[in-house]
Amino acid sequence: MSILLEAQSVSKTFGDFTALNNVSIAVEKGSIFGLLGPNGAGKTTLIRIINQITMPDTGKVFLDGEPLQRQHIQNIGYLPEERGLYKTMKVGEQALYLAQLKGLDKAEAKKRLLMWFERLEIGDWWNKKIQELSKGMAQKIQFVVTVLHEPKLLIFDEPFSGFDPINADIIKNEILRLREEGATVIFSTHRMESVEELCDHIALINKSNKILDGNLNAIKRQYKTNTFEVGMNTDNIPMLERLLSEKFTTSPADFKTLDNGLKLNIKLSESESANQLLSYLTSKGEVSHFVELIPSASDIFIQAVKNN
Amino acid sequence: MNHLPLIIKREYFTKVRNKAFIIMTFLSPLIMIALFSVVAYLSQLNNNKQKNISVLDYTNEIKTVFQDTKTIKYTVLDNLTLEQAKAIVEAQESYGLLYIKDFKPTTGSMPIEAKKNVDVEFYSAETPSLEIITGLENKIEQRLKELNLKSKGVDIATLKNAETNITINQENFTGEKTSKADSLVKLIFGGAAGYLLFMFIIIYGNMIMRSVIEEKTSRIIEVIISSVKPIQLMLGKIIGTTLAGITQFAIWILLGSILMVIASLIFDIDFTQINTPQQDLMTQAMQNPDSNTDAQLFISAFFNMPLANLIIAFILFFISGYLLYSSLYAAIGAAVDNETDTQQFMLPIIMPLILAVYVGGFTVVGDPHGTVATIFSFVPFTSPVVMLMRIPFGVPIWQQILSLLILIGTFIFTIWLASKIYRVGILMYGKKPTYKELLKWIRY
Repeated sequence: MSILLEAQSVSKTFGDFTALNNVSIAVEKGSIFGLLGPNGAGKTTLIRIINQITMPDTGKVFLDGEPLQRQHIQNIGYLPEERGLYKTMKVGEQALYLAQLKGLDKAEAKKRLLMWFERLEIGDWWNKKIQELSKGMAQKIQFVVTVLHEPKLLIFDEPFSGFDPINADIIKNEILRLREEGATVIFSTHRMESVEELCDHIALINKSNKILDGNLNAIKRQYKTNTFEVGMNTDNIPMLERLLSEKFTTSPADFKTLDNGLKLNIKLSESESANQLLSYLTSKGEVSHFVELIPSASDIFIQAVKNN
Repeated sequence: MNHLPLIIKREYFTKVRNKAFIIMTFLSPLIMIALFSVVAYLSQLNNNKQKNISVLDYTNEIKTVFQDTKTIKYTVLDNLTLEQAKAIVEAQESYGLLYIKDFKPTTGSMPIEAKKNVDVEFYSAETPSLEIITGLENKIEQRLKELNLKSKGVDIATLKNAETNITINQENFTGEKTSKADSLVKLIFGGAAGYLLFMFIIIYGNMIMRSVIEEKTSRIIEVIISSVKPIQLMLGKIIGTTLAGITQFAIWILLGSILMVIASLIFDIDFTQINTPQQDLMTQAMQNPDSNTDAQLFISAFFNMPLANLIIAFILFFISGYLLYSSLYAAIGAAVDNETDTQQFMLPIIMPLILAVYVGGFTVVGDPHGTVATIFSFVPFTSPVVMLMRIPFGVPIWQQILSLLILIGTFIFTIWLASKIYRVGILMYGKKPTYKELLKWIRY
């Protein structure tokens, strides 16, 4: 797969404060790229550099192989975290204005807006003023305006904030559909469950440095500890527990079961396989539960930031 | 891509369609005219009321000068003591009693103090107005002078015949004829131009600032500047707001004149009757009260001014001066989160403006080509106002061009400076910046 956006060793300082230190990322075409990090890590600065709102001190950004230029703005759709609309302007008028700023002509913008408004069932808002809408309603307009000019690259900074679960789901599905249609998405959020659901690839920025970068599954594989959650039914639980803790590295586990069997986390060494463990366990009693512990995006996030 | 026209259009139309703006546009001239009408009406009322002044003249020489006028009616009392006269005046509720006790003709070359050889008093219920007292004094002085001359054997009739009244014909070295009216017309035009610019900067500069703050508080700014360059947005805002301002001003002038005509027709109010300082100046300049030639003088004075120069200079200095200040207003708007935080930054903007208006008002009137007026017409922050006030008096073209170049240079610099502050400021939230921080932003 080819690379749509590439940032090469981008650095940016504001006075004495280093916002980004030598950060590189590469976003594959058609992927959803999660840009993660604690508050103040430098995510927004990187996003602003990609949007040419801020210029990097050093480093280069390429879009589709070309160094980033002014006209690339039309190929990028950006939904900032700090977002709003002109309160006293009417919805339709405002959406048209913002679309025209992205280079669409008025007739085309209107056509696409009507289509989107219908799809999101907000057609009757056209002549309402923004101040009459709720926060979630305004967010929908902002989403439409971001994607209207059909950019190659979409950048969403906390896209789900302000949405109720139903509307968040609608927006999530729209993002997935846009990806199906060929768009590439950079997605910045603190909500790890949406990272799990959406992202193919993640990069983690902490204190202005990139500390983790890669395919989400690959990272999970890298972060997994070869630990298995095991539930067993046997007559003599203490004896089995002693036996297992002598043979393996174990720790108490907590998961929901119907019976009061033995619950343990068993960590295997590099040389041992899951099959070996399973056949050993079946020889000792009845296995009621056997799951490999895969670290969640949230676990990885916390662990990576703590280790940094 | 150039989005400037689009931004200007949006700024213009949202301003012009704003309800508060529309109400202000149409209500202000109404309120102004209503106020003027009330003032004019009241001052007419005031003038129409005749005041009664009683005169008790023991010398019997002076009372002849007290002829009734439109505003004062004199009653000469005879054969009464002062106490009786006072009682009568008080009972009649007259304005006051003028009491002339005694008078001796002057002899030889007396010192000035000794020439005050008349004993006059004025009794009244309230403190009399300065105007009335001065008027009475003038009348008595005039009469005493005549009496003194008479006592020395001078014939008053001969003296009156010998009096003349001259007007100096003024002409400059290039042969243009000027008159006293010229200076006045120039003063009025220069003053109006300078003051107009001052008002325009204050009103619409603030409007620009508020509109920048609005974009920050509504958080749309980041969406916009991901599409357009901050400097384009800033310029678009300034130009759009300016156009809205010009629209509003034009409507004000048009509506104002129409309403003025209507009001003067309906209420029969003569707006020239309102006493303004300019009118006092006008009457001072026009000692010869021949109204027909007055009008002609003013018309010729108007055309005597370097009109083409005036109009071109007005447009250029107005635009440059306004842009200079409005870019600073935009920068302030970008630096703060809400309007209450703007105070600390407003002072450095308002100070030079007020200074310009004071310099224009005091020194240009006194000496349009004096050192102070000349210097301030080159200093960029005061030059638009001061130069506009000076130009009707004839400023050499090279001075105008030099001043304009300095102004344009400064305004390019402030636009650059403002765009730096703007670029950083619009993305800063939460804290009130200090001047030190603004300097840091410029260096980012």
